[in-house]
This record gives sequence, C-alpha cells and structure tokens, in this order.
Amino acid sequence: MPSDSALSIVWIYPDLLSTYGDQGNVLVLEQRARRRGIETETIHVRSADPVPENGDIYLIGGGEDRPQILAAERLRRDGGLHRAIARGAALLAVCAGYQIMGSTFGGEEGQPVDGIGLLDISSSRGPARAVGELVAEVDAALGLPTLTGFENHMGVTHLGPGVRPLSRTVKGIGNGDGFEGCYAGHVVGTYLHGPALARNPALADLLLSWRVGQLTPLDDSHYEALRQERLSTVMQP
Amino acid sequence: MTQLPLRAQLASALGRSAATLSRMTGRGDGSVIGGRVGLLLEPDLLRKLARDRKLALVSATNGKTTTTRLITSALLELGEVATNAFGANMPAGHVSALSQHKGAPYGVLEVDEKYLPEVLDTTGAGVVCLMNLSRDQMDRAGEIWLLAQKWRRALSGKPTHVIANCDDPLVTWGASTAAKVTWVAGGQRWKEDSWCCPECGGPLDRKDADWACRECTFHRPEPQWALDDDVAVDPRGQRWLLDIQLPGLANRSNAVMALAVAEAFGLPVDRALPRLREVRSVAGRYTTVERDGRNARLLLAKNPAGWLEAFDVADPQLPIILSVNAQGPDGRDTSWLWDVDYRILRGRPVFVTGERRLDLALRLDVADVPFALCNTFSEALAMQPPGRVDVIANYTAFQQIRSEFGRAV
Repeated sequence: MPSDSALSIVWIYPDLLSTYGDQGNVLVLEQRARRRGIETETIHVRSADPVPENGDIYLIGGGEDRPQILAAERLRRDGGLHRAIARGAALLAVCAGYQIMGSTFGGEEGQPVDGIGLLDISSSRGPARAVGELVAEVDAALGLPTLTGFENHMGVTHLGPGVRPLSRTVKGIGNGDGFEGCYAGHVVGTYLHGPALARNPALADLLLSWRVGQLTPLDDSHYEALRQERLSTVMQP
Repeated sequence: MTQLPLRAQLASALGRSAATLSRMTGRGDGSVIGGRVGLLLEPDLLRKLARDRKLALVSATNGKTTTTRLITSALLELGEVATNAFGANMPAGHVSALSQHKGAPYGVLEVDEKYLPEVLDTTGAGVVCLMNLSRDQMDRAGEIWLLAQKWRRALSGKPTHVIANCDDPLVTWGASTAAKVTWVAGGQRWKEDSWCCPECGGPLDRKDADWACRECTFHRPEPQWALDDDVAVDPRGQRWLLDIQLPGLANRSNAVMALAVAEAFGLPVDRALPRLREVRSVAGRYTTVERDGRNARLLLAKNPAGWLEAFDVADPQLPIILSVNAQGPDGRDTSWLWDVDYRILRGRPVFVTGERRLDLALRLDVADVPFALCNTFSEALAMQPPGRVDVIANYTAFQQIRSEFGRAV
C-alpha cells in the first residue's frame, strides 16, 4: 500500500506490458520529483496482484497482443485503476496500454477485444504497421512544447467526444487521423515510446504538477540536447 | 557427400565467384551476396546443399555466433565442418557457408530466430540448439512469444533432436513440441521477458533456477545437463571444469550447450572440451585492439539481455567506453536503453559515444551515473590513460570500431 507522505508512482503490470523501455517513464518521474526534493515511492504491480487505489501517478506501458488482452481482462476484473482515477489520480498510458483504456481494441487476429473504458476512445487494427519517429504539436490548452517520440504499433484509434486530442501530428501516424494520443481529466494516452517522458520532460512535469502543484524549474540540458538532436534529425527536409 | 545436380553445381560455383568478387572489391566478406546469387539461379539450392550432411542449427536472441563457433570448433574433432562463422544467419548466408565447404560431412549454421522454421524445413537438420529469447530490436524483429509459437509449429512432427535451455521458460515452451529434447540448465540472467507463463499467461513462480506456472501445469523440465559456476555437469553426473578462454557466465552457458550438441553428434565431452578451450574471440567479440598504449577489449551488446552479459564480463576496476547507434540492424528505437540498469557502472570512469550518444547520456544522467560525452570513439580512446579499457557497443557501433582497427578478428 502506498504511504501517505511520499508521492506514489504505480507501475501497472510490468510483467505484461513493459516491452519498449516503459520503465523509463517511471525513472524520469522519480528523477524529476527527487531533484525537486519531492519524496517518491514506486510500486510495481504484477498482473497477479491487486492495483492499489490510493496512488498518485499510474503508468502502464506497451506490449505484445496477448499480454495486452490479459492485462485488459485483469484490470477490468480488478477495478483498482478505475477507483484510483475516480479519486483524481493521474495516468499515463502508452501504446498497448493506451488502447486498453478505450472501449475496444484489436486482438491477435484483429478481432475486437473489450477495453476497460477509462477513455472515450476505440481502437482497431490498422492497414499497416506505424514504425518510426513522431513529431506533434500539443493541444494549446496544455501549454507543452512539441511532442517527440518513437511509435511502433498497428493500431488506429478513434477519439470520442469525451476526450481531447493530445497533439496534432507533424510527422508520423499516431492515432491515424492526424492526431496523436488523447487526454481527459488527469488521464493521458499516447502511442509514444522513447520513452515518452524521457523525450518530453514537460509532459512528466504536467503529470507531477497535477498531484503536487507548481514545480520549480530544473537543469534540463541532457533532455534538451536529446530533444533538439531528435527534432532536427527527424524534421530534416 | 553425393554429387550435386548440374544446375545446383553451377549455382553454387557462381555464388562462390560473386563472394570472391565481393571480398576482392572490399564490399564485404561475401557471405551474403554469394548465397543470393546462388539462390537466384537455383531456389532449391539450400535443400540440395544440405542433403546428406549432419547439420546443427543454432538459434537464440543472444549468443548465436559464439555458440555456433564453439560447436564448430568441437565438431572439427570429427571432420570437416561447414559454418557461417560471420553471422550471416539467413538462407543466403547458409547457402554461402555450405557452398564453400561442399565436401564437409558436418554443418553448423547460425540461424536468425525468425528464419528457424523455414531453414529447418528446407535443410531437415537433425539437431537444433536453442539458448534464449528476449526483447530485441522491436521495430523490426517480431514479438518473441510469436517467435516461440512458430518454433513449436516448426518442430512438431519432425524427428529433430533439440538441445534447449530449460532455464528460459519461453525457449522451453518453444522447444517442447519436438520429438526429442535434451534439456540443459544453462541459466537465465535476464528475466524481464518471462514473468508470465507462455502457455496460459498465468504468473510464473520462481525459486532459484526452478520455475512453474501457478495456474497451469507448465513447469521447468528436469535438465540432463547443467552449468554449475565453471563446471559442466553431464547427464551421467560427471563434472567437467570448463576453463574456457571466452569470458563471462553467458559464454560458460554457451559452452555447456555446445557440449550437449557435440554429444548429440556422438562426440564425448573429453574430446569436445579441449576444442572449446581453443576459442579466444568470435568475429571480433572479446578481441583486444591496441592504439597508442591503450588496450581496448571489445564487447558486443545488442539488447538489454546482452548488456547484462557484457556488464558481467567488464572489469569493474577499468574505465569503460559505451557506444550506441540506431541504424537498421541495431533497431531504430532506442527505448531499450531504459530497460538496462546502468547503475552498476557507478564509480567507474564512463565515456559515452556513438551516433545516439545523447540518448545514452540522458539515460545515464537519470541513473545518476557520471560520464564524459565524446564525439567519436577515437576521442574516447584518446581520453584514456595508457593501459586497459573495456568497450561495450551495439551492432553497427561495434562494426564501426572493428573497421577502424582493420576488422581484427
């Protein structure tokens, strides 16, 4: 169980969904909190264990088709994540984890599989695999710099009226409709690996600020050097 | 070996010519182009070249090239061996390897994990050696559970004798449809891809090396061979001090696999083991290169499991140079860097280079590992005091360093 004092970071099902360096999102949140003197406590929730409902920031990552289906079944049966979100916790859901948050997603043979309904989205299997660097301009309401990352998925995600697009794609496929990712309340979904928070520290800070309020600035030179190198390489004519 | 049909002879000969030409013009080692030319002229060439030979196929995520080399070294005790020593592990490379040793009664072929079913079908190899499966270059390679499933289908109904590492649950699952399996307790350091049962998805319970599914009957089979630190234990319980020159636990595991394969070919341990001890470096891996009094030992690590193995070999007393690229053969997605635990490097002088050095720099910064950023490998090497230094590089970064030193093997 998370303690009361520390900021608790809950990593959901690393045994099923952590194929693309998803641990990086956990490490970046820990580092950015730690460097501001915010104590953190990280909980790795294996798929056989219950999801605690009083955590602060929840993370769920990407993975193969079969673990994705298993994760959706277990999260639905468990209900802990739903209760945590209802209490105002923040969630970053990546790739397979993003698709799970919707009403349906495409299974191994493209068959529709029930998601857990935390976001008003539905996903299906697209015509071709989207693999490569992605660049996108974030919804102005969030006040974040350009989104950068790497996508590798076959999903097409349709956004319903209950969510807003996270960003408009400049390069890459994302949701498949000119947008990448979505958000609603304190829940953010994205196709981006990289991992997403290492490539987009401002997004990490957004999640942190939702739980701890205003944040002091950090020396982001290593983050910035990587962002500039990636963005200039990817946007080369 | 029986005589090849005329068309296959011609295809094989033209392929060898193309390979020679490729080497002479400095375009490569010729092992892929030669095979491609041969296959173009005779699509059934691999089947024809494989006929009437005793073949072993070697596949895994990590250790394919080294284990292929160890098995080859052992089987040389029995006679001439055809092998793809330089890691050209798809059918063109196999054609090339077998063409170059047309009279060899034995063949040891490293096989890309995805191609194993096809190559097994085509060659009808009698022995298959399977070591480990873990996440690797996800932007172009397949998903490993699907790979293992394809292995199951390919092995089912064939008389193939499989030698498999039963400490890796996914390999065990992939091998267990074979008619005959020799299980080797070869160890498994990287466990992040095997917390769930490959059969039913339930949680795997682990106790020391043993593992079993909590929800179904899938469990670790009883091994016939085992690695116990530096000792190989054979099926009769006899203990053999390995004492090989290749460093690290992963190579001792590869050596036990090689001894089990050798025995499947009728070669006893007392004749195979001295041959394994002769192997010092494999296609540049573990080689030490020298410049201006700096002796750099080259370690190849292509994925998180490979980095764990390289850390096991690296000397904690020495400075270390890390080089990372993200070209096609490396995988263009560098997110795997975040699966590697770099904290083991704290306290050593660390130098970071390669085309994706900024990705690695941020990764180390987040892990609180101090480092110096270098624009080139030469710059990193020049920053070392005279003496020894370890180098860990991923695939194309490794090849670039080898090229700088004349592809020293």
